[in-house]
Amino acid sequence: MAEKKIKMIVAKPGLDGHDRGAKLLSRIFAEAGMEVIYTGLRQTPEMIVAAAVQEDADVVGLSSLSGVHNYFFPRVVELLREKQMNDVLVVGGGIIPKEDIPGLKQAGVAEIFGPGTNTETIVNFIKENVRK
Amino acid sequence: MDTDYVAEILKGSPRAISRVISWLENDDPRASGCMEKIYPHTGRAYILGITGSPGSGKSSLTDKLTQKLRSQGLTVGIVAVDPTSPFTGGAILGDRVRMGDIAMDPGVFIRSMATRGYLGGLAQATSNAVKILDAAGKDIILIETVGVGQDEVDIIRIADTVCLVLVPGLGDVIQSMKAGVMEIADVYVINKSDRPGADQLCAEVTHRVAQDVEIRARQWPPPVVQTVATENEGIDEMADAIQAHRSYLEQSNRLIDKRRERTRDETLQMIHYELFRAIKAYLSRDHRMDQLVSDIMERRENPYRLMHRMLKNYLRLPESDISLNAD
Amino acid sequence: MFDKNELEKIGQARQNWEDKTLKKTLDKQGEQKKAFTSISGTTIERLYTPLDVSGLNYVECLGFPGTYPFTRGVQPTMYRGRYWTMRQYAGFGSAKETNARYRYLLDQGQTGLSVAFQLPTQAGYDSDHALSMGEVGKVGVAVDSIEDMRVLFGGIPLGKVTTSMTINAPAPVLLGMYLALAEEQGVPWDKVGGTIQNDVLKEIICRGQYIFPPKPTMRLTVDLIEFCQKQVPRWNSISISGYHIRESGSTAAQEMAFTLADGIAYTQACVERGMDVDAFAGRLSFFFNAFTNVCEEVAKFRAARRCWARIMKDRFKAKDARSMMLRYHVQTGGVTLTAQQPMNNIVRVALQTYAAALGGCQSLHTNSYDEALCLPTQEAVTVALRTQQVVAEESGATDTVDPLAGSYYVEALTDQIEADIEAYIKKIDSMGGTLTAIEQGYIQKEIQNSAYRFQKEIESGERINVGQNKYIMEEPPLTNLLKVNMQQGEIETEKLKKLRAGRDQGAWKSALDNLREVSGTSENVMPAVIRAVKAKATVGEICDVWRGVFGEYRPKEYI
Ligand SMILES: Nc1nc2c(ncn2[C@@H]2O[C@H](COP(=O)(O)OP(=O)(O)O)[C@@H](O)[C@H]2O)c(=O)[nH]1
Ligand SMILES: [Mg+2]
Repeated sequence: MAEKKIKMIVAKPGLDGHDRGAKLLSRIFAEAGMEVIYTGLRQTPEMIVAAAVQEDADVVGLSSLSGVHNYFFPRVVELLREKQMNDVLVVGGGIIPKEDIPGLKQAGVAEIFGPGTNTETIVNFIKENVRK
Repeated sequence: MDTDYVAEILKGSPRAISRVISWLENDDPRASGCMEKIYPHTGRAYILGITGSPGSGKSSLTDKLTQKLRSQGLTVGIVAVDPTSPFTGGAILGDRVRMGDIAMDPGVFIRSMATRGYLGGLAQATSNAVKILDAAGKDIILIETVGVGQDEVDIIRIADTVCLVLVPGLGDVIQSMKAGVMEIADVYVINKSDRPGADQLCAEVTHRVAQDVEIRARQWPPPVVQTVATENEGIDEMADAIQAHRSYLEQSNRLIDKRRERTRDETLQMIHYELFRAIKAYLSRDHRMDQLVSDIMERRENPYRLMHRMLKNYLRLPESDISLNAD
Repeated sequence: MFDKNELEKIGQARQNWEDKTLKKTLDKQGEQKKAFTSISGTTIERLYTPLDVSGLNYVECLGFPGTYPFTRGVQPTMYRGRYWTMRQYAGFGSAKETNARYRYLLDQGQTGLSVAFQLPTQAGYDSDHALSMGEVGKVGVAVDSIEDMRVLFGGIPLGKVTTSMTINAPAPVLLGMYLALAEEQGVPWDKVGGTIQNDVLKEIICRGQYIFPPKPTMRLTVDLIEFCQKQVPRWNSISISGYHIRESGSTAAQEMAFTLADGIAYTQACVERGMDVDAFAGRLSFFFNAFTNVCEEVAKFRAARRCWARIMKDRFKAKDARSMMLRYHVQTGGVTLTAQQPMNNIVRVALQTYAAALGGCQSLHTNSYDEALCLPTQEAVTVALRTQQVVAEESGATDTVDPLAGSYYVEALTDQIEADIEAYIKKIDSMGGTLTAIEQGYIQKEIQNSAYRFQKEIESGERINVGQNKYIMEEPPLTNLLKVNMQQGEIETEKLKKLRAGRDQGAWKSALDNLREVSGTSENVMPAVIRAVKAKATVGEICDVWRGVFGEYRPKEYI
């Protein structure tokens, strides 16, 4: 069997257009050997999950800087579950107050990476926690 | 398990389609059982290749063309191939970005694929992924691939109609002519016709097609259409040109010939791949290959003789065929 | 600036110093790093002397403030005459809440307003649109119709304040509302002052709030500029923005180069429309970032002033000195703020403010220390405003014009950044201009490569962010963060329902029909827009008309 590649969707939910982080990370994930499907801006949770299904993604990475994470992140997890994609690892990043993190994790987001997180930390987290 | 997936694919389930494509990509042993069972259900879809330089507008055209096909009531499967970085093994697959308008349409299935080091402009699994989409009932399957060089023209081996996208200002024609890519097109698409130089490029390509001895000898003179993908212009003409080529293939029986050739190539290639894989797996066991390599390095053995011995020992073919192969 | 003899003497003395003094020190103790670079990656030498600026011709390259090439500033007396306008970008939640914040800021000595609109408004959707879910009132104020605008500026005389509006693709709509409101207040349009961002190219490059394809969106931009030139003469009809380019990770030189390249594209488009360059160029304004490396930032501003003056004079043959002046607003660098040990951000902002002042800005927004965590609280905003006041009134930076001029270091850096800017502009010209360079992803890729390099430097520890990759400590999370009402979406939806039911349907429909028709021609859209907003057409409805006529844009994402 060929070496399994990690397939990852990187998406920006909502209307926020600040994609420096999302693009930078896409590049870093690809350099770490992953296959990154970048979906672009203005993604609804439905669009993100449709992409995850069609691409059979192992990981969905969400980036939000406009304060909409409490709405969008749990919604993506919920829709993935509806599609029986429970084993997809969902991670998030952006401007997210610490106090919101427990709620997001409760909702099924595996980890939240705040501003200034070392990218290697993120790559390692994904490699360790992705479905095998 | 397998039967589930097969049934689900035949019903068109996106989840099953995408999972089995992943198996194919990863050489998962579960894939081949599936493929055997869905094979009888393939051969119905019409397969379209869209190729051209990076940034020429292939994804934009795919998006617009798909909308057009959908408006005719046809379902569409899309396989968008992008290169894997030879340095990192990773890839950024960005074609979906341009297909936002069709991403949520249940009659459309989009799959991105990285080449994973496979040469020819496609991924190893592309042709099988196409079969899955075919079995899943997609009427048209669009394959987007980067095709700039001579060694990126594999698309002609799996597509019924190949559209070559050219744009003004990139020196595309000269490049493509040199690389021998010009010849692969059944339809030339001059995209970005809103840009200066488009008419000139169109004239140049038309002229070139008319002059080319090889192309002129064909029964199908490839038409040249102008498009502006971003403004949805010329898409009808592009669709018409594709349809005309399809009619020509069907009426002249060329489609059957083409597919016969393809079936033959594919079958041989599959055997080739599987044989190689099996022999390699066998030799890798218990360091056999290491030992053989050492023998060769120390000139106790030579690779030519070894190859013959291998074939003789492990293939039950007539002696004459084996030595023929060795020439 | 020095004659040949003098330079020779300096050269000899320098050699002498290197051989005797410097060598001894270096032998005893090396320097902390092999090479020193600015935040932008520019190599910084150990020492700058007259030898580094020997080519500088004072009169030609520096001149005097208020005169060509404006290196030393756009006004003769700069802050000795008047401080920069202190303008805090603000907006969140409902128009009513934001109005209260504005009045507070004006009471605290702020001298101009700056409206932050929510993302749905910026993207041309009403608050009740499906894509607005979760976004209403989040990063700015919800403005759907003229009624919201009226509340937003309640009790604020539009003839007395100047207002800046960060709105781009739908700029004509929001300006239309503002002008309609001025009319209601009885303020004639030629007495209305302010700035509208109206810079769609940088939305495509890096900020993401685009709606329409490049060509029609540029047409709306030019329509607005043309309309203001004729009817709202005190209005800065565009604010060509490098701020977001820098935020996306560019270097200082790239920030200036790509912004000036955008400026060239807009100027070109206006000229092609048939406008006389001197009729509108004086109302082109700019918007830049200020990072923490003070000298580099100052050099960047000075270099850009000189470049722009030359571009306007040589390329566009402007004659009026005003057309050649690079006038700009500055905002301190949002991405330089850290979520860790947020109080340190106050220090960063102070240095950045100092850089903006020494660089000669016309107006300034200072970020609040809590902005890496949330929208700024009133307390944090007050500290940010006070920072400006301390720099203006205590630091002495405002006592003389262009205080760092003549520093060998700053002049050398100014020259170098100028050369970098010119090289980029030349490259972009050779590609066929700014629009082509954007379409081919050239500008985006250049910025991303810089962002990538910067990130790698941070992660390898080559570059330090205090509290983030050095001097790290455990800390309790900051509490007392500003929270927007999660129900804002429902409130705005209710309001919209009432608005739609209560307006004069006939007037509304015919105004939108008229707009559709005008948009399909080459006529200026502004009068039709103003008519539509007066008939209570919403931002989303007007943009939908345009989506129908122009189509929507989805640019390629270059990574
Ligand atoms: N001016 C113009 N730009 C186009 C046209 N078609 C595509 N583009 C732009 O060209 C860029 C590349 O398009 P894309 O479809 O991603 O190309 P691909 O790499 O071949 O798939 C994008 O910025 C498109 O918006 C066209 O007809 N005219
Ligand atoms: Mg593509």
